[in-house]
Amino acid sequence: MTIDRPMSRRGLVKGGLALGAAATLPTTFAIAQARPIKVGLMLPYSGTFAKLGENIAFAVEMLIAEKGGKLGGRPIELVKLDDESKPENGPQNAERLVKRDAVDVLIGTVHSGVQMGIHKVVRETGTLTIVPNAGANAVTRELCAKNVFRTSFSNWQPAHGMGLALGKRGVKKAAWVTWDYAAGKESGEGFREGLEKHGGKVVQTLTLKFPETNFQPLLAQIPGLDVEVVGSFFAGGGAVQFVKEYKAAGLKVPLCGSGFLTEGTLQAQGEAAEGIETALHYGDGIDSVKNTAFRDAFKAKTQREADVYAVQGYDAAQLLAIGLEAVKGNLEDEAGLYKAMRAAKFDSPRGPVSMSPSQEVVHNIYLRRAEKGLNKVVGIAAEALADPGTGCKL
Amino acid sequence: MLAQLLNGLQYGLLLFLVASGLTLVFGVMGIINLAHGSLFMIGAYAAFLVAKATGSLWLALPVGLVGGAALGAALEWTLFRHFAKREHLDQVMLTFALILLAEELRWLVAGNDFHSVPVPAFLDFSVPVTAGFSYSAYRFAVIGICLVLALAMFLWIERTRMGATIRAAAESPEVVDILGLDARRIHLTVFAAGTALAVVAGVLAAPLTSVYPGMGDSLLIISFVVVVIGGLGSISGAFWSALLIGLVDTLGKAYGPAFQGSGTSGTLIAALSGSSVYLLMIAVLLWRPTGLFGQRA
Repeated sequence: MTIDRPMSRRGLVKGGLALGAAATLPTTFAIAQARPIKVGLMLPYSGTFAKLGENIAFAVEMLIAEKGGKLGGRPIELVKLDDESKPENGPQNAERLVKRDAVDVLIGTVHSGVQMGIHKVVRETGTLTIVPNAGANAVTRELCAKNVFRTSFSNWQPAHGMGLALGKRGVKKAAWVTWDYAAGKESGEGFREGLEKHGGKVVQTLTLKFPETNFQPLLAQIPGLDVEVVGSFFAGGGAVQFVKEYKAAGLKVPLCGSGFLTEGTLQAQGEAAEGIETALHYGDGIDSVKNTAFRDAFKAKTQREADVYAVQGYDAAQLLAIGLEAVKGNLEDEAGLYKAMRAAKFDSPRGPVSMSPSQEVVHNIYLRRAEKGLNKVVGIAAEALADPGTGCKL
Repeated sequence: MLAQLLNGLQYGLLLFLVASGLTLVFGVMGIINLAHGSLFMIGAYAAFLVAKATGSLWLALPVGLVGGAALGAALEWTLFRHFAKREHLDQVMLTFALILLAEELRWLVAGNDFHSVPVPAFLDFSVPVTAGFSYSAYRFAVIGICLVLALAMFLWIERTRMGATIRAAAESPEVVDILGLDARRIHLTVFAAGTALAVVAGVLAAPLTSVYPGMGDSLLIISFVVVVIGGLGSISGAFWSALLIGLVDTLGKAYGPAFQGSGTSGTLIAALSGSSVYLLMIAVLLWRPTGLFGQRA
């Protein structure tokens, strides 16, 4: 399934006019500059993560439209490819975009496994790549590359914010519950390091296989642990189930976690989620002009409420715009392009953001509390938090 | 510990509902039904849809039982009957195609999202079982319903004429022809019953696991383990082995990882605890290749 629309008659006329206009310009320079920049959108448009992929794509389109269809003076042509969140097809799909479709820029993707496939390809070809979601730490750590930027988060960041907030509050002993896979482990590391900064400790880690939802054997152990709080990372349907069962188990220890525990799931979690604290780089009630304008525009375009994924996609396009504007659309000037993107400081719907030396987004991690179906921002867990970028040499 | 035993019991009983159908169909008809997990998934999605439309999960139970039996009968009538005498490879192709069809159908009807199914309102409370840990009333209800169904099955198989024929057919299929029994009717009944059980298991499990794409797959594999350990075609074998696996799996997952960090052997135990069930299967197969209750090689 793709969400490409057939070209409208008006679009055809416009395209024809543009082509005609280009043909009347004699210099090769002008023609080269008028050639559209091809941006590949490799995202899941079907499968479990379809909605995430769609929201990212909508937000990218929105930013380009806001800029009048041009970035750095050159029109943008989007090439969409459904990666179906299938890691096994990741390298092949990325190659298709980079080699066959010859995209100049690749924006993708959601699933970390697929991301590793993209990463393998673009590290070789040197294609400028902006990651709008997948949080695998390695992308901006030991496997970092000068042509790869991320505007979403590293798995380490949100949970680290949660750990810091708890540590600051004086929590000494916590447990960590998650799926036994990369995102869960990397979040756990962030949580532990955050707690340890203030002298706290993770005394027990409980895991189950991804994506199993048989949480009972884990939950039944919690009363026997001497901990003040349980931190966790789950996402999507697993998060819904976990939060509900945690509540049903009548556990006295409060539950908290990386923001994905309650992101896009609050309606399904209902009462059970009430009062749960999480940390993430976005939330409900961020009262800024930028955020309000973004949410209104997104709603007008899609009839959907904007979410954290839309913000990440929007910022991927914002970052690209900054780079292209700095070099006036001249992609040949690679050094200038990357330099401008590395130095980028811009206003995101989530607040002020910049890039770290390992080209990972630096942003506020907000502390949120689930209240009546909203993840209300109640404070800042970590201001301008940068991923340590361990092992990255750029 | 009590809570973990309850978890194991509840998981095991649910496994039994799925595995019993699988073992019956294999024992009597000689068909390996890979789509059995999809039947479970259909039940879970049916529960989701019925609960969403009517607000009542209980309505999904009779719907699942009757609808499941009807679906099973229809499948047997139109497809499986014609494949009973075919090679296993053909049957695998057929049932694999059914898996794909079921997934596609699920996508058309309910999409690819995870959906949670609410527990019936009057069971939406928890019962404290140990200090600081409660067990949801719905889980107790599931244990009860499974036990009732298991008892009903036991009586049907052990105490009725139809049951006797089924047992005979499962132990040596030739007997059915020799005695001049109507093999077609037996097959139809067995397949309908097996399907209904898998669908009902799906209905019951929906609030416990949520419904999501491919949810039947992992259950299918573990059900095969149950069938192999219990002995192909043996209902009581499936019952005891489902309980055994429920307990081993739950206790393995609960206590195995605690060994992490206590030396090399501790790390090994922790690493293997997730696969305790498969280790058990290997051990049983080495010791009794026909399964704990199997009579036929």
